[in-house]
Amino acid sequence: MIKFIARRLMIAVVVMLGVSLISFSLVFFAPGNPAEVIIRAEIGEEPTLEEIEFFFQEHGLKAPFFTQCAQWLYMITHGDLGTSFRTEEPVLVEFIDRFPATLELAVAAMFIAILISIPLGILAAMKQNSVLDHGSRFVALWGVSMPNFWLGLLLILFFSVRLDLFPCFGYGGIEYLILPAITLGTGMTASLMRLMRASMLEVLRQDYIRTARAKGLMERVVIWKHGFKNALIPVVTVMGMQVGHLLAGAVIVETIFAWPGVGKFLVDGIYARDYPVIQGFILIIALFFVLSNLAVDILYTYLDPRIRYDVKKGMK
Amino acid sequence: MMSIVQQLKKDKIAMIGAVIILFLAGIAILAPHITPYDPIELDLENRLSSSDVNHLMGTDNLGRDVLSRVIYGARISLSMATVVVVIVMLLGIAMGTIAGYLGGIIDGTIMRVVDVLLAFPNIILALVIAGILGPSLTNVMIALSAIWWVGYARIIRGSVLSVKEKEFVEAARAMGCSDTHIAIRHILPNVLSPVIVLATLDMGHIILSIAALSFLGLGAQPPIPEWGTMLNEGRPFMETAPHLMIFPGLMIMVVVLAFNFLGDGLRDALDPRMKEVMMK
Repeated sequence: MIKFIARRLMIAVVVMLGVSLISFSLVFFAPGNPAEVIIRAEIGEEPTLEEIEFFFQEHGLKAPFFTQCAQWLYMITHGDLGTSFRTEEPVLVEFIDRFPATLELAVAAMFIAILISIPLGILAAMKQNSVLDHGSRFVALWGVSMPNFWLGLLLILFFSVRLDLFPCFGYGGIEYLILPAITLGTGMTASLMRLMRASMLEVLRQDYIRTARAKGLMERVVIWKHGFKNALIPVVTVMGMQVGHLLAGAVIVETIFAWPGVGKFLVDGIYARDYPVIQGFILIIALFFVLSNLAVDILYTYLDPRIRYDVKKGMK
Repeated sequence: MMSIVQQLKKDKIAMIGAVIILFLAGIAILAPHITPYDPIELDLENRLSSSDVNHLMGTDNLGRDVLSRVIYGARISLSMATVVVVIVMLLGIAMGTIAGYLGGIIDGTIMRVVDVLLAFPNIILALVIAGILGPSLTNVMIALSAIWWVGYARIIRGSVLSVKEKEFVEAARAMGCSDTHIAIRHILPNVLSPVIVLATLDMGHIILSIAALSFLGLGAQPPIPEWGTMLNEGRPFMETAPHLMIFPGLMIMVVVLAFNFLGDGLRDALDPRMKEVMMK
């Protein structure tokens, strides 16, 4: 077990090293010129050659690849992700400032997803091949096919513009949270519902369920006490893996609803060619992704001793 | 293979998906002949009109016919996504086969690259690459191809590893076949079915990603009638002309849904374990 965790940790470290190399090279080899964009935004006119030169000097953008790369690696391992070109604040501070808003949105979306998907998934499994089951398959496929940017726009159109129930965009009380959370949660609801159904079907075929039924337990007890708990294991692990996807979805949802989170700041950074923000943010997002996958892996082996590294090797 | 097709025919949802895809591919190919108007020609006297006999889906803020633009949009989305899927399939198959068949350091290196790319949520890395390269459809395709092959490489490598030890491969080697011959003639045909399922599902995902990036202004640029770009352009007119948002979005959803229907059905048909569950 310890050997397994150590191995996974090692791989995670190697992966993060690769991730930082990619984040660095992407920006290093970028064709655009950030100096021009940023100076133009600051002084409102085309920058002179001297001004561009000065910008490059000031931000250390003139050194060769390996020097800059080594500097960047040194910086990030010491917790310094650089300074945003636009706001002149440290990138890490910018991230931490905006993270709570994104977290709020992600938690709300997950809450909605769990509230809807788990009961519906169980119902679909219990009534396999019924109208309800086929309906749930249809709804789930519809949910994963729905472009979240379109869903967001439709929700704004109907609930904000037409019915005037919620504000169109912005950040504030719960009325601001509802539409973005639904937009972000829909895809997850759909995939968790299918997974819950599949997992429940799998569990209901096990011998211990037959035993439970054979000893005359009520169906309600069989489903909830013996079935539900075991069926939940894979669902919980996938939920963990979905954290990264939620972050990815948040990028688009935050942009539509002008939600002042990490995702919107990243997109604005891309528009403005704010390279330190782009580098830093994708690095942190990847770190989240790697850590949540690592946690899921370890949790999984802990929860289900039948699954060991050797078995997992062949799996995706 | 025949039994798979027969089984698919029984799957109503999968068949609905297939019919929709064929229909959209049809209008995409015939676009220049069936569209009532030029998709980018301006008609400033007929701006933002809602559906009527002349313009079934109304016109946009520059008087362009939405129906014609939506039909040309099918052309763009389907052809772009097909190109990307073909590229990532070939790249993934090549990488996966090399890694699985040769093993050793090459395998280790390729798989670490795969791990690193998988450490980013797909759309975020695509967003950053497309943003850095500059907004255009070509750059979106480059960005998506650069990251999307890893899923295929992983699946193929896994299958190659399990097929590699089979007797027929050993027999081929004993007969003196070269590595390339064995990989292409004996191993690949045996590992293709999961790739077909993945590619079908990915057509939908890639169309969705192209539209999402275009919607954010990083993909197709106006006046190209790409669905995501159309949504972005129509957004300021949401109150007065909601049809600008409804139709392109509906198209994206229908296409993606169709590919998911078909992919889901294909998976059930190709995965014997699911069959067992269905029989019960």
